[in-house]
Amino acid sequence: MKKFTTLQSSAVLLVNENIDTDQIIPARFLKATDREGFGMNLFRDWKFHKNGEINEEFALNDPSYSGSILVAGNNFGCGSSREHAAWALSDYGFKVIVSSFFADIFKGNALNNGLLPVQVSEVFLKTLFQKIKDNPKTEIEIHLINQNISIKGTALSENFEIDPYKKTCLVNGYDDIDFLVASINKIEAFETKHQY
Amino acid sequence: MKKTLFDKVWDAHVVDSIENGPQVLYIDNHLIHEVTSPQAFKELEDRGIPILRPEQIVATADHNIPTTNQHEPIKDRLSRKQLDELTSNCHKNGITLYELGHKNNGIVHVIAPELGITQPGKTIVCGDSHTSTHGAFGAIAFGIGTSQVAQVFASQCLLLSKPKSLRVTVNGTLKKGVLPKDVILYIIAKLGTNAGTGYFCEYAGDVFKNMSMEGRMTVCNMSIEMGARGGMIAPDDITFDYVKGREFAPTGDEFDKKVAIWKTLPSDRGATFNQEYHFEAADIEPMITYGTNPGMGIKITGKIPENITDDSAKKSLAYMGFEQGESLINKPINFVFIGSCTNSRIEDFRIAAGFIKGKKKAKNVTAWLVPGSKKVESQIISEGLKDIFDEAGFELRQPGCSACLAMNDDKIPQGEYCVSTSNRNFEGRQGQGSRTILSSPLVAAATAIEGKIIDITKHLS
Ligand code: SF4
Repeated sequence: MKKFTTLQSSAVLLVNENIDTDQIIPARFLKATDREGFGMNLFRDWKFHKNGEINEEFALNDPSYSGSILVAGNNFGCGSSREHAAWALSDYGFKVIVSSFFADIFKGNALNNGLLPVQVSEVFLKTLFQKIKDNPKTEIEIHLINQNISIKGTALSENFEIDPYKKTCLVNGYDDIDFLVASINKIEAFETKHQY
Repeated sequence: MKKTLFDKVWDAHVVDSIENGPQVLYIDNHLIHEVTSPQAFKELEDRGIPILRPEQIVATADHNIPTTNQHEPIKDRLSRKQLDELTSNCHKNGITLYELGHKNNGIVHVIAPELGITQPGKTIVCGDSHTSTHGAFGAIAFGIGTSQVAQVFASQCLLLSKPKSLRVTVNGTLKKGVLPKDVILYIIAKLGTNAGTGYFCEYAGDVFKNMSMEGRMTVCNMSIEMGARGGMIAPDDITFDYVKGREFAPTGDEFDKKVAIWKTLPSDRGATFNQEYHFEAADIEPMITYGTNPGMGIKITGKIPENITDDSAKKSLAYMGFEQGESLINKPINFVFIGSCTNSRIEDFRIAAGFIKGKKKAKNVTAWLVPGSKKVESQIISEGLKDIFDEAGFELRQPGCSACLAMNDDKIPQGEYCVSTSNRNFEGRQGQGSRTILSSPLVAAATAIEGKIIDITKHLS
């Protein structure tokens, strides 16, 4: 896994709430057996109209937006457990998702792929929405060690929570498998007395 | 300390705890399918890590399979490749696989209980969010992502922080025509789609105590739709009777010993939960959804809420083509789907057949019945339900996930409404541009007969 410490970037704005993983990557694109290439179909049915024409109004097609941060409405990533959603967002180039709430499984999947979910307050999210609407080039800075998100050129910032273990993993670029494989002796000892 | 059902099962599976961090939780059974496993196999192979306990894994092909002519080679190249990879990965690693056509094949959350793999007190995971289904037995069961599938492959464990506890109690007696699906749709409509996030939910009270195992599975199945990682119901005699005699269930003395352990699992009297909700059975009526998340549900005779100001909800209504304040009674419907891991067990088809018997499907309706497993399919035939369905003009297809997620050819066309017994009404879930209305199998059957949504409460004899 790639290390993550800080990131400064402009952002793409998706104000919708309850964005589910079926929207992030529709089921018909889940037939691939590799992790790569899902970015191409990210938000496929929002990016294109039903007749196949590009939906100019959709944020990802709006040339004024850029950057590797996605700022999205409340309850991002609900629905199916498909990790393909996290892969698609990463593959497309996003490194951070900011929202006021993340669905459990999505959050775990994102963290396991070095994609950082930053949960901010509803108030801070609304502020971000406004700032990015006013100026799509607004730069946002994420500082993982300090657990802080700030809007460049303003005094606006907020701290965010992250599981300390997950933070260590991201900062050092290692993952759960490394840890678990190193614990095999303990696991085997547990098995000898486990009665279910 | 007084413990909840969840605490008891969780604590018995903790291998290790990291200071200020997650715990290492042991996983008893790992269920896999073709869509979320290939990348995990690949990851282990790339890193040169072997699969630790292949004998604790069971695989099935369900998400991406056709539901007609299953004996023929699969036409779609990518789907075929995905299934071939599952087969070769299972063979290489010595994993039991119930491939297409096998007598034990079916939707992962239908076959594991059916085979007796699902048992009280176990920890069960699968790369599919509706793994919560197995909680009906008093097991801790939840969906995981592909990276976690790889973790379980490598270590039979997961790194997790213990979720908070939530209890939903429903007391009283359900009205006629109110099914387990209505109960869970009602709960989600009341609590919303993220009330359960961060929690594991226990369902308690008369309603669940008196419910069959299949009904309990329907309820636990949809726990994820209110955000909860899983749902659980205390195991009791109904549970033990269901498990007894199944292929993977313990036998003889071993079974009695297990039952003695299982009887200690229910939450201690006075155990506390981080959050509690109470509902009355008498308030619950047959339900349907009108929007694009499962929380947007109303009683079938109700009206879509008025004065909606929220943009997401407005967008959702526009997608569905519904108006605020509208009633859905008499809405013409052209597609009906009875299937998915929520409602594709034999009781669901008995209920549908009970209503359909002697009636004919409306001409405008395409009605797909998709059993959850080969076993359910043969029960439908042996109990004579297939004849009832055939006579009424319904199409009984072969088992699989089918139109629940429309990865195969079972897609609802653009713009069409589908009254569906599945669990998700997200935009495009049943096919690009499709519009899903979630309901119980009874409401779905009635819709197919009438060709429109009707007030089912007036049609019960
Ligand atoms: S039936 Fe639907 S919800 Fe259930 S496992 Fe299959 S795709 Fe998932």
